[in-house]
Amino acid sequence: MINNDFQQIIDDFDFFDDWEDKYRYVIEEGKKMPVLDESLKVDSNKVNGCASQVWLHFSNSDKLYFDGDSDAIIVKGLIALLRKLYNGTPIKDLKNIDALENLKKLGLDDHLSAQRSNGLKAMVERIQSLG
Amino acid sequence: MFDVSQIRKDFPILTREVNGKPLVYLDNGASSQKPDVVIDAVTRAYREEYANVHRGLHYLSNLSTEKYESVRGIVAKFLNAADESEIILNTGTTEGINMVAYGWAMEHLKQGDNIVLSVMEHHANIVPWHFLRERLGIELKWVNIDDNGNLDPQSVIDAIDNKTKLVAITHMSNVLGTIVDVKTICHEAQSLGVATLIDGSQGAVHMPVDVQDIGCDFYPITGHKLCGPTGSGAIYVKAERMVEMRPFLGGGDMIKEVHKDTVIYNDPPMKFEAGTPGIVQTIGFGVALNYMMNIGLNNIAEYEAELKEYALTKLTSLNWLRLQGQPDNRGAIFSFTMENAGHAHDISTILDKKGVAVRAGQHCAGPLMDHLGITASCRASFAFYNTKSEVDTLVEALQLANDLFG
Repeated sequence: MINNDFQQIIDDFDFFDDWEDKYRYVIEEGKKMPVLDESLKVDSNKVNGCASQVWLHFSNSDKLYFDGDSDAIIVKGLIALLRKLYNGTPIKDLKNIDALENLKKLGLDDHLSAQRSNGLKAMVERIQSLG
Repeated sequence: MFDVSQIRKDFPILTREVNGKPLVYLDNGASSQKPDVVIDAVTRAYREEYANVHRGLHYLSNLSTEKYESVRGIVAKFLNAADESEIILNTGTTEGINMVAYGWAMEHLKQGDNIVLSVMEHHANIVPWHFLRERLGIELKWVNIDDNGNLDPQSVIDAIDNKTKLVAITHMSNVLGTIVDVKTICHEAQSLGVATLIDGSQGAVHMPVDVQDIGCDFYPITGHKLCGPTGSGAIYVKAERMVEMRPFLGGGDMIKEVHKDTVIYNDPPMKFEAGTPGIVQTIGFGVALNYMMNIGLNNIAEYEAELKEYALTKLTSLNWLRLQGQPDNRGAIFSFTMENAGHAHDISTILDKKGVAVRAGQHCAGPLMDHLGITASCRASFAFYNTKSEVDTLVEALQLANDLFG
């Protein structure tokens, strides 16, 4: 089950020959993402287990909506991708989304390994914990 | 004649690729790579020469003991210690400093006394002193660096007061590359009756060290940064300080007699080496030091100076790169952040894709990061097997990162 926004990214990635274009895309997605209000960058929104600082703010709804930010721009781009993967998903369907599988399709799954301290894994765990 | 292309052939890992690119290993500040002679020595020790040391009179135990004990002399030569009995073999600088904290400082410092440190110390030369601050109520006196990352020896000397019992300063900053005039500090401290510990974790890797000339009381070094195996190392302890030290770890090897009510310790330096040591690691460490001494520590330093100048020229020409510190006397360690990168991990991620290994983070130097006003930096740290062409690859990768982030 993949929403249209994320399918669009998968389609876009198919055109890229090398990792540089993929990273450029990811970074751009991060820059295009709505700005997270400074007042929401509080400890309760902070995702632990990230080398850089990461905040995810979830809206109360029966569907999942979140905004986020990071001081690392690649991580910020990864948050943007996760927003496209997850936003609008009914909370009850969250368990059906396999983030690892989807990021593999983008060739970004190496960011999910435990050794990478950029915290993508921690972010996915935080999101899935709401389901 | 120092020929880097020949030297590179000694390090098998340098021929491998990372992410489809030739490896450019610039994380030597964290740990160095190992030459074949060390890898072979470790294998041989396990395959043909292995038994526990200092016990039993059988052939292999004697052989293993001889090989292990010979390393003491090799380290003494490497550091120009007056006698090999001033060398304690251990697992590295962290253990060495903790041993001084528990074995010497715990005995000689009391509430209200202080230890003088610089803000650019590694956590290994900070945290053990915090233990004493917590347990004894001593004070840590911090000496600042200037805006370029220099540590004025006079400012360290000026920080010494009548409550100072120890000055603990790095020989070379693991973040800024600053080389400290430790000789001036140690001679002055000695004349004031204050003990000195020089953290040689980085310094001993990049320049010939003469502990007698420096005049320090303690000089710990780390084997795995000196082309040796992990879990190897040593500390030089001046003979008169060794006498003042209590054993830190108790167990086998460090003891002569054990009774229900009394113990008689072994003579130093054995008194400070409890339990079965890292036998094979230490044997490999000795081979590594001999390997470096055969190349010539002066030759290594000269080559690295050339590499450093080349890298410095290239890196300072990138006007979007924020080089942390421009110390007058430095080694080939460079820390930087980037105008457009949000975080040091952004930079290291892109460099890694290009096969360039650097470290990103705090570099175990929290107080220095606070002083610099940054949360993290990237660090490229060079060894004598790195080349100018690898500097070029680093610069190209940085340019790509800047382009991607811009």
